[in-house]
Amino acid sequence: MHLILLALLPFLGAGWLALSPRASRDVHAGIAVAHVVAALGLLIFIAPGVLGGAPDALRLPWVPALGLDLSLRLDGLGLLFAALILGIGLLIVIYARFYLSPRDPMGKFLSLLLLFQGAMLGISLSGNILLLLVFWELTSLSSFLLIGFRSDTADGRQGARMALAVTGGGGLALIGGLLMLGHIAGSYELADVLLRGDIVRASPLYPAALLLILLGCFTKSAQFPFHFWLPHAMAAPTPVSAYLHSATMVKAGVFLLARLWPVLSGSDWWFYLVGTTGLVTMVVGAAIALFKNDLKAILAYSTVSQLGLMTMLFGFGTPAAALAGIFHLLNHSLFKAALFMNAGIVDHEAGTRDIRLLGGLARLMPITTALGTIAAASMAGLPPFGGFLSKEMMLEETVHTAWLGTHWFVPALAVIGAALSVGYSLRFIVHLYFGPRRDSYPAAPHDPPLGLWAPSAVLVALTLLVGLFPAVLTGWLVVPAAADITGGTASGFHPALWHGVTPALVMSVTAVAAGVVLLWRYAPLLRAWAALPLFEAKPVFQAGIERLVRAARWLSDTVHDGSLQRQLALLFLLAVAIGVEGIWYGGYSAGTRELLPAPPIAIIAWSLLMAATAAVALVPRQRFVTLIYISVIGLVVSLAFIHLSAPDLALTQISVETVTILLLLLALNLLPKQPVQLSSNPERVRNLVLGVAGGVTSGLAAWAVMTREPRNPISSFHWANSYSGGGGTNVVNVTLVDFRAFDTFGEIIVLGIAALTIFALLQPAARGVSGQRLRAWIADLPRSPERHPMMFAVAARLLLPLALMVGLYVFLRGHNAPGGGFIAGLIVSIALLMQYMASGFEWADQRRQIDEHALIGFGVIIAALTGVGSLVFGAPLFTSAFGYVSWPIVGKFELATAMLFDIGVALAVIGAVMLALAELSHIAQRAQKEPVEDDGPMDIDPAKLRGARP
Amino acid sequence: MSIEFLVATAIGALTAGGIYLCLRARTFPVVLGLAMLSYAINLFLFAMGRLVVGKPPIYAKGVAVYTDPLPQALVLTAIVISFGMTALALVLALRTFLETGTDQVDGTPDPDLLDRENRT
Repeated sequence: MHLILLALLPFLGAGWLALSPRASRDVHAGIAVAHVVAALGLLIFIAPGVLGGAPDALRLPWVPALGLDLSLRLDGLGLLFAALILGIGLLIVIYARFYLSPRDPMGKFLSLLLLFQGAMLGISLSGNILLLLVFWELTSLSSFLLIGFRSDTADGRQGARMALAVTGGGGLALIGGLLMLGHIAGSYELADVLLRGDIVRASPLYPAALLLILLGCFTKSAQFPFHFWLPHAMAAPTPVSAYLHSATMVKAGVFLLARLWPVLSGSDWWFYLVGTTGLVTMVVGAAIALFKNDLKAILAYSTVSQLGLMTMLFGFGTPAAALAGIFHLLNHSLFKAALFMNAGIVDHEAGTRDIRLLGGLARLMPITTALGTIAAASMAGLPPFGGFLSKEMMLEETVHTAWLGTHWFVPALAVIGAALSVGYSLRFIVHLYFGPRRDSYPAAPHDPPLGLWAPSAVLVALTLLVGLFPAVLTGWLVVPAAADITGGTASGFHPALWHGVTPALVMSVTAVAAGVVLLWRYAPLLRAWAALPLFEAKPVFQAGIERLVRAARWLSDTVHDGSLQRQLALLFLLAVAIGVEGIWYGGYSAGTRELLPAPPIAIIAWSLLMAATAAVALVPRQRFVTLIYISVIGLVVSLAFIHLSAPDLALTQISVETVTILLLLLALNLLPKQPVQLSSNPERVRNLVLGVAGGVTSGLAAWAVMTREPRNPISSFHWANSYSGGGGTNVVNVTLVDFRAFDTFGEIIVLGIAALTIFALLQPAARGVSGQRLRAWIADLPRSPERHPMMFAVAARLLLPLALMVGLYVFLRGHNAPGGGFIAGLIVSIALLMQYMASGFEWADQRRQIDEHALIGFGVIIAALTGVGSLVFGAPLFTSAFGYVSWPIVGKFELATAMLFDIGVALAVIGAVMLALAELSHIAQRAQKEPVEDDGPMDIDPAKLRGARP
Repeated sequence: MSIEFLVATAIGALTAGGIYLCLRARTFPVVLGLAMLSYAINLFLFAMGRLVVGKPPIYAKGVAVYTDPLPQALVLTAIVISFGMTALALVLALRTFLETGTDQVDGTPDPDLLDRENRT
């Protein structure tokens, strides 16, 4: 349980901060600090058990079908990483409180920072590789928001986009890689996967899975050739760089390499891919860092180089190298976070980060200088600091590493890389803090307030203490972590400042000497570097993105050229092609099921339907007349349902038919009635060919099915359980309100959304351009002088109670006989609509008591409550219960919760239908310009009788 | 002639008519085409349960021969949803017409509209 709380704490803090944007800066910082401290305390509370060799684990099923569980696990490696995330996170929060200017939204910043922290913590706590992916993606997204925090600057936006494109793209590869890994290992649980290294490495899928996972790690950890995004991410505020780009996010890739080390390492693939990439990155990053002028850019490329070093160490695949990698991960986090904070202080107090404009700060900013010098010395790998120890261990490992059979290659490059690191570190110290004092700086440099330098002082003190007492201070953390990576095979952890004269010491001394020479001869080297034909990654990346956007735009413009017809034609063509393909390869034959003889009346109805279909399609000029043909089709379909044992469908179809025709009439009133003939002949031929092809294939498919016997339909279950389980004999209705109630629930929601969309489309139609058109609309059809025919109005009003009664009856009997909520809802709607038609919109609308929106809402809520109600009784969602009561006169009567659900359905249907039609008739009414003063519903205007025909 | 033949040909004819109408250049026939396609598709789905005469799916003890209730339940909601769809498409067409003054949707200029604008 601790683990869940631990994983949640940063997110809780992020949520709280996001919800209290108006609080003061100190309150914001207080909230953030409180959450990080709480998480850190919890971690310390759990730590002893974990370090004692008993990983803490928790597993809750989440999506068991996918093998995805909410599985959290804290072992030594996770603990080290989590401690870095929370510990440095705490310092960063304090630093950020003093770094951000009062104009910056502190709450938003810290909220995003904690969101990111939660994602990172999730990576270190994940016990399931799919869960790890979720957190991995979350770090990409939250870091995008953090890098782009200064979204008003182009650099911020572009840097954030580039980081997201590279790390997000790598994340996609990682998804593929981890899915393959889980597939090979047969489990997505980290604990299982870690034990199956032999199976994984023997699999033919191993190289592909490895390559994809490495793509994810290398992009995240800015390894060559994906290193270019990191320097551009420096557009972020400095606390972000100090946190994300030194200690946490970029380390996620290295962390994953360590995490999966037992499974993936130990092959040539691993050694040459990971080891070589790390080696190259270490040298390239260090070389670029030497020649950068922006303090943060120097640190960014140095980070690239140092990450390369760690990657290389894990790539060697030996336990001792992995141990060195873990130790350096710790050391680097300490000195690099301190250096980023230091660069931020300089930027803050001296007004620039350009090293060419700085120098001579030692007198002006003594504290800053002291802290920065120590941290940079650790980065250079000078004794007696932590960086020296892990660099020694690294050099020692390179001596034992052969690359393609040569023994000098890796050590030589390692010395070059180390020399370059010494070079850029010394340049950072010498060119920034020492040297001549300048006459003017962009701002007057001075030491910052305590809040800004104290966090980095803590880190600097740690890097010094780690250098002096490495085994005591870090052994308890590093050794269990290394043991988790290597399965306990890591050789002893004996870091010391003096091991005697070893090859590593010789290499180290060489590197320092070479580094000093590099700085000494810096000017000619810089000229040589400037002459090199190097290219900038950013323009290339931008151009690539622009080309992609252009291609995407071209594609959508080409496919979507503004013609609905073209799209529909493509769609139909595809559907027909799929049908033809099926018949072509699968063959076609009719079945042998015994057919039903058609009575003459059926043939007559069929002829009517065919004639009406042809008439709608081929005689389009008279739009009103086509509505009659459409209703003929609907009637014949309802008759067919009656004949073919589907009374529920027949009832539904005929009521929907009525409503649809009313709707079409209302809309057609405002639409053009007789369009000019427009389609050209070739178009019509195309349409005819497509139509006939679609008709023939669908008809053939239907024929093929209908002439075969069904094969064990699942509905035998519905039939058998309808009465005993659902309490109703109308199996169709029981299916709707019980077996598949969740589907029905979704469907009434869809219906409600459709009605609300109609409302949203028609409400604003009275304004703007369409409002002008409505007002300019001229009735283009002859009107009856009787606005509200008396016969019709009287009949409709008399029929209303009867129709409502029928609706109620159909509703009540629905569970056991044809009927139910859908049909009852439609019948009631029609009864009400008749009042609108007979007596006019205004008359009917004034007498309307309930808002249609409320009806839809109540319907959905009632249905939902009924469904959720079954949970209260421990039954699955949407389980219905029923019982029988005896009422006087009525007799034995069934009460079922399904009926409550059906009430919801009926209300939603009434609301949706009424809303759609009422809105439409309202619009039509607004377009009327005739005087309405004498507009009694049974009124006849004699003046209209004379001038009826315009 | 069998009922199956009648239903199959009706499905074919309704599909053909629906597609043909959907491909016309004005919105109103497109809406009609959608409605016709809904008839065809609902009939098709219904036919998947095979055609049975005179044996509605009303449960009674001892009844062993019945028509398949499941496609009926599915089609019942499908009919109501197709109403929602037709209504929405129609209102979209109406609003588009009010907003743009044309009911033409094939991406070419409307001669009626040009004609009217020239006059005013």
